[in-house]
Amino acid sequence: MKRTTLILMALVVIFFALSWIFKAMAFKGVEEHYILQGFLVTLAAFLTLSIMSFLYKDNPFYKFAEHLFVGISAAFWMSMGFWSTIVGNLFPRLSEGMSNFFKVHYIPGDYNFFFYVPVILGILLLMRLSRNYGWISRWSLAFIVGTTAGLNFIRYLRSDFINQVSSTFVPLLVDWQGIGHFFSSLNLSASGQFIMMLANWVIFLGVMCGIIYFFFSKEHTGLFGRASRVGIWILMITFGASFGYTVMGRISLLVGRITFLFRDWLGLNI
Amino acid sequence: MMNAFTPPLALALVDIGRIISLTLIAAGLLWLFIRAIKLKEVERRVIFLFIFISVAAPILFPTVFKEKATPVVKAVFDKIESLPPGSKVLLSYDFDPAMAPEVQPMADAFSRHCLVKGHKIIYMCLFATGQGQFTRTMENVIRPEFPEKIDGVDYVNIGYKAGNEGVLNVIISDFKKMFPTDVNAVPYDSIEVFKGIRSCKDLDLIISIGGGRPGIKEWVLFVGDPGDVPIATGVAAVVAPQLYPYYPKQLLGLLGGVKGAAEYESELVAHYSRFKDSPTPALLMMGPQTLAHIVIMAFIIIGNVLFIQGRRKEGKR
Repeated sequence: MKRTTLILMALVVIFFALSWIFKAMAFKGVEEHYILQGFLVTLAAFLTLSIMSFLYKDNPFYKFAEHLFVGISAAFWMSMGFWSTIVGNLFPRLSEGMSNFFKVHYIPGDYNFFFYVPVILGILLLMRLSRNYGWISRWSLAFIVGTTAGLNFIRYLRSDFINQVSSTFVPLLVDWQGIGHFFSSLNLSASGQFIMMLANWVIFLGVMCGIIYFFFSKEHTGLFGRASRVGIWILMITFGASFGYTVMGRISLLVGRITFLFRDWLGLNI
Repeated sequence: MMNAFTPPLALALVDIGRIISLTLIAAGLLWLFIRAIKLKEVERRVIFLFIFISVAAPILFPTVFKEKATPVVKAVFDKIESLPPGSKVLLSYDFDPAMAPEVQPMADAFSRHCLVKGHKIIYMCLFATGQGQFTRTMENVIRPEFPEKIDGVDYVNIGYKAGNEGVLNVIISDFKKMFPTDVNAVPYDSIEVFKGIRSCKDLDLIISIGGGRPGIKEWVLFVGDPGDVPIATGVAAVVAPQLYPYYPKQLLGLLGGVKGAAEYESELVAHYSRFKDSPTPALLMMGPQTLAHIVIMAFIIIGNVLFIQGRRKEGKR
C-alpha cells in the first residue's frame, strides 16, 4: 500500500474518532447509552460517505462499506428467517421440548408428519457448502423452482393476463347522452366525461398500436406502418415516464441521506 | 425546523440562502451551456456536484410547495375515510431502510389516518427489515401522537415470516397457520384485534407499502384478486409505473413515490387540524425534488445541444 494512502486512511480514522467523541458529548444527558449512540451515528455517517465516495472514484472505503453491507444483509435475513419461521412456526408444532427451549408458545395438536419434509429439504439445501455432495442441493432447488412456477402460473394467468385484458376493454363513450350534452358539460376535471373518454381512447389506441409494433408477420407500411410508428411513440412515452419516476426515486434516497448527514450527524436544525 | 415562531432574522437568512443557492445553480448551468455550445465536454463529477447542491440547498433553506391529491391518491384517502370506526386494516411493511426515505412517510401517514379514524391495524411485513421500519412508526407516530392506543386492542404487530408469496398463499385462507402469535409471543386467539378474523378475506382493507419483491404485485396476485379483498398501496417511485395498470380494478389507489406521499400528507393535514404540527417529511422533500428535476432537465437540454452541435460540426467536415 502506498504511503499517501496510509496517511489518508489514518486521517479519516482520526476524523471519525473525533466525530464519535463530539457526538457522544452531544448525546450526553439526552440518551442513556450516549457513547454507543454517538458511535452508531458516526458509523452510519462514515458508511454513507464511504458509499458516496464512489462518485469520485473506486476506493478502499467504498469497497469496505459495500462488503459490510452485503455481509450484514445476508446474515440479517438468515437470522430473521431462522427465528421467525423455524423457531416461530416449526418448533411450536413439532415439539414441546424445543418450544420450551426457545421459549415460544407450544401449539398442541397441530403436529403433522409432513412438517419434516421442508426440514429435510432445508438441510439438503445446505449441502451446497460441500464440494462432494453439493449436487444434492439441486433437489431442494428443483422443489423451490417447481413450486414457485406452479403457484405463479395460475396467479399470473388470472391477474396479469385475464384481468388485464378485461381492464383494457373500456367504454369509448363514457356516460354518453348525445353530442349536445357532451359539449354543454365539457370541462377538464379529472373525473369529467371528456377526460375519462380521452383516457379510455388513449388506453385503447395505445394498446392496439403497441401490439401492432410487435407484430412482425406483416410489413410495416401504409396505415399499418403509421400505427406501428404510433406504437413506438407510446412505448417511448412509457419509458420516459419510468425514467422520470426512477429519477424521483433516486433523488428521494439522496435527500434521505443528506438529511441524515445534516440533521443527525452534523446536528443542524433543519 | 421553521414554524410560525421562527424569528424574522432567521427567515430573512433562509431567503438569502435560497437566492444565493439558486443564483449559484443558474450561473453554473449557464457556464455549462456555453461550454456545450463551444463543444467542450463536462466531467461527470461536475454533474454530481450540481445534483448535490440542488438537493442540499432546499434542505438547508426549506421550500414547501402546496400539494393537491390526484384521483389515484385521493381514492386511498377516501377509502380509509369511508370505513366505519373499528374496521380492520392490514398494513404490510414490505420495504427496507434503502427505500425508507420514500415510503416511510407513507407508512406513517397511513398509520396516523387509520388510528385517528379508530380503525384496528394489523402490522406485518414480507421483508425482514420491515419490522425495524415499523419500530420507527411506533416511536415517531403511535407512542407520541396516540398514547391512548393499546397494543393488541387497537393495533397489533405480527411481524415477519419468510416465504414471500408462500406466506400470502397461506394467509388468504388461514392467518393463524402462518402467524400463531404476534411479535410479543401473545397467542393469536388472545389478541383482540384478530377477533372475527380468520383470513385476509375478513379484512376491510389491505395496504402494502414497499417497492421490491415480495411486495404489492404479490399482494394483488395472491390475495387481492383471488380473495376479492380491497387493496391499496404506497410504493417507491421506481416500481410505480409497473403498477398503474392495476388501477382502478385490481388496486383501489396508489401512492407513487414521494410525490404520492406528499399529496397524502397534504390531504391529511387539510382534513385533520390535529396533524398541523405533525412532521410532513414528504412535503419537505418536494423542494429538493423540484430543484433537482429542473437541473436534470437542464442537463438533458445541454446534452442535446452538445450532441446537435457535434453532429453539425461533423457534417461540415
